[in-house]
Amino acid sequence: MIKVEGLTKRYARTVAVDNISFEVEKGQIVGFLGPNGAGKTTTMRVLTCFLPPTSGTANVAGFDVQDHPLEVKRRIGYLPETPPLYPEMEVREYLRFAGRLKGISAADISRRVDEVVDRCAVGDVRDRLIGKLSKGYRQRVGLAQAIIHNPDVLILDEPTSGLDPKQIIEIRELLKALAGEHTIILSTHILSEVEHSCERVIIINAGKLVAIDSVANLTNRLRGSEAVAVEVEAADGRPNPTEVQQRLEQVSGVSRVLMKDSKNGRLTFEIESLQGRHIRAEVARTVVNSGWNLSELRAVGISLEDIFLQLTAAERTGASAKDTEPEGAKK
Amino acid sequence: MKSALLICRKELNSYFASPIAYAVMALFALIFGFGFYTASRDFVRFSLQSQMMGQQQPMNVNEQIVRPLLGFASTIALFLIPMITMRLVAEEKRTGTIELLLTSPVKDSGIILGKWLGAVLLYLCVLGMSMINIALLFAWGKPDLKPVLIAYLGLILQGGCLLAIGTFISTTTKNQIVAGGVTFFVCLLLWLLSWFTAFDSTATAQVVNYLSIVTHFENFGKGVLDLKDVVFYLSMIFFALFLTLRSMESLRWRA
Repeated sequence: MIKVEGLTKRYARTVAVDNISFEVEKGQIVGFLGPNGAGKTTTMRVLTCFLPPTSGTANVAGFDVQDHPLEVKRRIGYLPETPPLYPEMEVREYLRFAGRLKGISAADISRRVDEVVDRCAVGDVRDRLIGKLSKGYRQRVGLAQAIIHNPDVLILDEPTSGLDPKQIIEIRELLKALAGEHTIILSTHILSEVEHSCERVIIINAGKLVAIDSVANLTNRLRGSEAVAVEVEAADGRPNPTEVQQRLEQVSGVSRVLMKDSKNGRLTFEIESLQGRHIRAEVARTVVNSGWNLSELRAVGISLEDIFLQLTAAERTGASAKDTEPEGAKK
Repeated sequence: MKSALLICRKELNSYFASPIAYAVMALFALIFGFGFYTASRDFVRFSLQSQMMGQQQPMNVNEQIVRPLLGFASTIALFLIPMITMRLVAEEKRTGTIELLLTSPVKDSGIILGKWLGAVLLYLCVLGMSMINIALLFAWGKPDLKPVLIAYLGLILQGGCLLAIGTFISTTTKNQIVAGGVTFFVCLLLWLLSWFTAFDSTATAQVVNYLSIVTHFENFGKGVLDLKDVVFYLSMIFFALFLTLRSMESLRWRA
């Protein structure tokens, strides 16, 4: 449904998106994940024909964004970061305008407006001025605007930002309901968002593609290995940190031991296992057999948060040599 | 074209949903009404005087009231037009609603034409306020209709031209105040250009004079319909709207 190849967008002094390629299948919900300023909005703007790419191509439903922008726009519903609402219009009046603008005929417009009003649950405020609505309602009116012409592709830029938890859940439910018939790309910098509503994740950082995979795969990739937090106390109150660390590193299946803290003779370590190895029992035995007290041992779950940090951190260290130069030049 | 009408209607609705439309219409009605009052009072006084003195001076409602009054209207328009056009695109850029327009399956030309048409229609409503006064002249006097109509045509063309320039300037900034201010000064400059030839008849002066918006209104004001002036206004409108289109396209590259 969406095919992006070698997409680069350069502004006057910065490269917002750097050579990104990905594909999205029909009917999928894809999360576009990255810290603020990673290039999510820019990529979305290219897909919606709001901005032309500097180089590379983007293809939506078989139409190139540069060669056939009108065809692409007909098939896309777009909710920008700030919903594009006219405060002086009433909700239904606005939706009529947006719908007609997107090519819905005069005969169908009332029916479509009623449909999206129902779907996005803005019936209570249908005759109110948009300027008087709360943030949650505005977001939903924005979403109604995006789906009014029943587009093949929905592009949502941070659809849940600024909403309260209840509203976030409602929007998530709505997105799930929409997913079957529409292909959805949503951007967010909140990881749990992706875990909840997306099938696939595209992670970008500083304009570069970091990872693209299904949510399950990404979590599995690191859930196969185990992380354990251990707190060790010496019987005499003075354990030797290096000795403890060495002993722990010798446990079979351990890939990395990190000392987190040492306070009042208590040492805290975080231990990561190799892929597919369970190390908790072995670690406990080692500590006890060495004559230390094991005061805490618990598994640390690896969330998408960690994956994200690891991936972007790897990217950063890998690319740091390259990156320092242009950044220095900017200043 | 359909999208242009759609956007035009939306623009008109938002003008009338905000105080702009009413403010502009009221200001115009007030100033024009004041001009009408003084002009017709003086006219009545002169005609009484000339009757009393027995010397029949030719008095003409068209020449002595309508012509100066509608010329005055064209000057007031210079001040009101920036108020009409300043928000057209600048506001959409500031609030981000421009993203809705630019990501909808509509051509840029449709958007621009719609916005300009909306502004022109509001301007027609503003001019409509002056018709109340002119209608009074027809009720109690016998002015010629034709020159009045031609003068109105001139006002509409001149207004359309300045509105197109204002629309262009509104696409260049996010700030309504800047858009309004710059439009005002450009209108003022186009008006002042006619002064250039006051004591000068060189070729340069002729060209500069020709470019003045006001020079071309003079014939319309006299009730003379000259194709030259119509062409001037129409080509100015076309040129300004073309610049607007280019400016909208460049938004995508610079955004």
